[in-house]
Amino acid sequence: MTDLPQASSGKSIPERKPEISDAVPPAPDILKARIEKYKSAAENLRDMLLADLIRFGEIPAPTFAEEQRIRFLANRFEEIGLDHISIDELGNGMGVITGSEGRRNLLVLTNADTLVKDIKDQTIEVRADRLVGPFVGDNSIALAALTTLPLLLERLKLRFKSNIILLATTRSLERGNLEGVKHFLANSERPIEAGLCLESVQLGRLNYHCMGLLRGDIHCRLPGNYNWAQYGTTGSIIPMSEVVNRISQIALPHRPLTTIILGMIKGGIAYNNIARETVLSFEARSESLDILSQIKQQITDIITEVGARSGVKITLDVIAQREPGGLDISHPLVRRATTVMAALGLQPTLYSTTSQLSALRDVKIPGLTIALTTGERRNELDEIDESVAIAPLALGLAQVVGILQAIDEGGIS
Amino acid sequence: MKLNLRKWLRSLTGHAPVKTTQKKIQVVDWLSTHTFHHSQFADIKSLVIEKERQNLRISLCLPALNEEKTIGKEIILLKAELMKRYPLLDELAVIDSGSTDQTREIAASYGASVYLARDILPQYGERHGKGENLWKALYQLRGDIIIYIDADITNIRPHFAYGLVGPLIRMPEVQYVKAFYDRPLTVSKGVRVSGGGRVTEIQIRPLFSLFFPELTAIIQPLSGEYAARRRALERLPFPVGYGVETAHLLDIYHRWGMTAFAQTDLDQRVHRNQPTHALGKMAFGIYQTFFRRWKAYGFIEKLPPMGTVLRQFQNRDGRYEQIESLIREEERPPIITIPEYQRAFGRYP
Repeated sequence: MTDLPQASSGKSIPERKPEISDAVPPAPDILKARIEKYKSAAENLRDMLLADLIRFGEIPAPTFAEEQRIRFLANRFEEIGLDHISIDELGNGMGVITGSEGRRNLLVLTNADTLVKDIKDQTIEVRADRLVGPFVGDNSIALAALTTLPLLLERLKLRFKSNIILLATTRSLERGNLEGVKHFLANSERPIEAGLCLESVQLGRLNYHCMGLLRGDIHCRLPGNYNWAQYGTTGSIIPMSEVVNRISQIALPHRPLTTIILGMIKGGIAYNNIARETVLSFEARSESLDILSQIKQQITDIITEVGARSGVKITLDVIAQREPGGLDISHPLVRRATTVMAALGLQPTLYSTTSQLSALRDVKIPGLTIALTTGERRNELDEIDESVAIAPLALGLAQVVGILQAIDEGGIS
Repeated sequence: MKLNLRKWLRSLTGHAPVKTTQKKIQVVDWLSTHTFHHSQFADIKSLVIEKERQNLRISLCLPALNEEKTIGKEIILLKAELMKRYPLLDELAVIDSGSTDQTREIAASYGASVYLARDILPQYGERHGKGENLWKALYQLRGDIIIYIDADITNIRPHFAYGLVGPLIRMPEVQYVKAFYDRPLTVSKGVRVSGGGRVTEIQIRPLFSLFFPELTAIIQPLSGEYAARRRALERLPFPVGYGVETAHLLDIYHRWGMTAFAQTDLDQRVHRNQPTHALGKMAFGIYQTFFRRWKAYGFIEKLPPMGTVLRQFQNRDGRYEQIESLIREEERPPIITIPEYQRAFGRYP
């Protein structure tokens, strides 16, 4: 088992002094007029955005198998004429909009992978006001935004001083554990000034702080010397159910925010076969690293005790752990984003996230996560079946341009 | 205007019709020179340059009836890629048969030109069937090349259009390009491979093998996606229903031979499955089209009057009952014979 890194709860970032000044933004009416122009130009690019969204969305891309999507992205970047297009060793796809000065590098990123591997029909349906299909909300829109953003800047004749690096990352979800973005950040030859993580939904979110995270699988296996002849033998499921019971009894504080998600449970092969192995997949999230460490210890104690009592082998396989932390709400980056969002009529929803932001945080790069439209899951029991609204997309893209501009100008002035 | 098919076909003899014994080309040779994969035309930019050099206009027609689930996606993908990103298409139109769902509204909201078939050349009356829409599209659209793509495709991609138009831009002798593909049919939420083309394999291919062996080289003669030059289409009669694709193949072959055809592999087409009884109706309409030409080409002197009622059976509560379907495969005359068309396009027979 891996120990969580030693740190206290949710710290802000003092180490790095980015070139982001606290300049005074322009008057609200000027900003509003500017943003409205961006929105109008984005509306004219609706079809291009939707077409790429559909193309991305219908390419299967489970974690560790994102090649086809990244290839499509790289081809699009080629057609658009971006600079420095590349696919790195882990499959991350990148292109650069070269800035007029090019001294600073702003990163716009999103993950290319999707959760489920065995979707047979990944068709996206276009309705009058929305798109419906697997993963349209996670994260096809954000990928389409990467390929549409250069066109939008071109239409607006907007050239930033900074280089804008557009990045689609691989190995982000599940066991991928942000491996792609971490690899990119560790090996990038361009120092990144700030990062903007794009998510598809929900428009209005503004994440500047990351939750700490502990993600793992608990395996309950029958030992080699298990007594199969014993009448009433229950196999691995009953001990696992006790583990589940005990985890659900762990007391969680309301502050700092903490939760344990029991995401998946799998075990057995047939009605009449004793289950030899059962696996529980869980994720604990907290704003406090100390609490996460306590949870990890409690889970370890539970599985040790249940395993000893029931005679089965129970192990914890930690597949991801992240420290909490991020920016202060008073950070200039957060303030500038809220100003842009306000000019668009968006009321920012501030909460902690577990997205790619934490990879930026790990290397002390200030970053935010924002989203591009609104959406919902059609059926709460089937989390892959999503629908997203088309109309807000222009607002979402205008927001990206506005925030990038604000960062580029070091304060909208 | 009533079509006298025999008279019309005879009038084509100014261009000697191909007989099965003359101008015969080897099917294998034709396959190697006139069969393509869409990826061979993926350089859309160069297609656009060549199209502009030839001063061609290209129109895309989506014939539709109650296709609200798929029409929006088709329009977005084709328009974004082939009109906005690359100006290959000059026009994208939906010719609707009178949908009762949101097909027309959705199509218009995504920027297609939308027409009701009955509003086009209304003085010639209203017929029901896809062929009617295709025929009226010739009057409504302005392209020198018309691409027809069915509106029920769930996996539409831009290559459906550029793959079909590519041979027409590259090969002046080609008049008509047909799609073929591996066709999974949507079943519930899943997809199963193959199983499509039952009418092709059971009806069309045996008929072609009997009477027009060269046409068997067309891998999917009933595919709903094809592109053709106006100057060819305007001279063809159009069955309004199931027989339109078969009629096109027979009449083009009869007039220009195999060199007028090309075909393009579009990989995969996902569409709704058709129940067997619906395929029976299709086959019935195709037989009417086929035998009418059999007579017109002079293969037989006396064709007995053909029935127009298809009789099928179903079992209800242990009793068999007959279902009668009236299927009259009417044909529209070559549109070049219509005065309004002649005036609008300045083209005459």
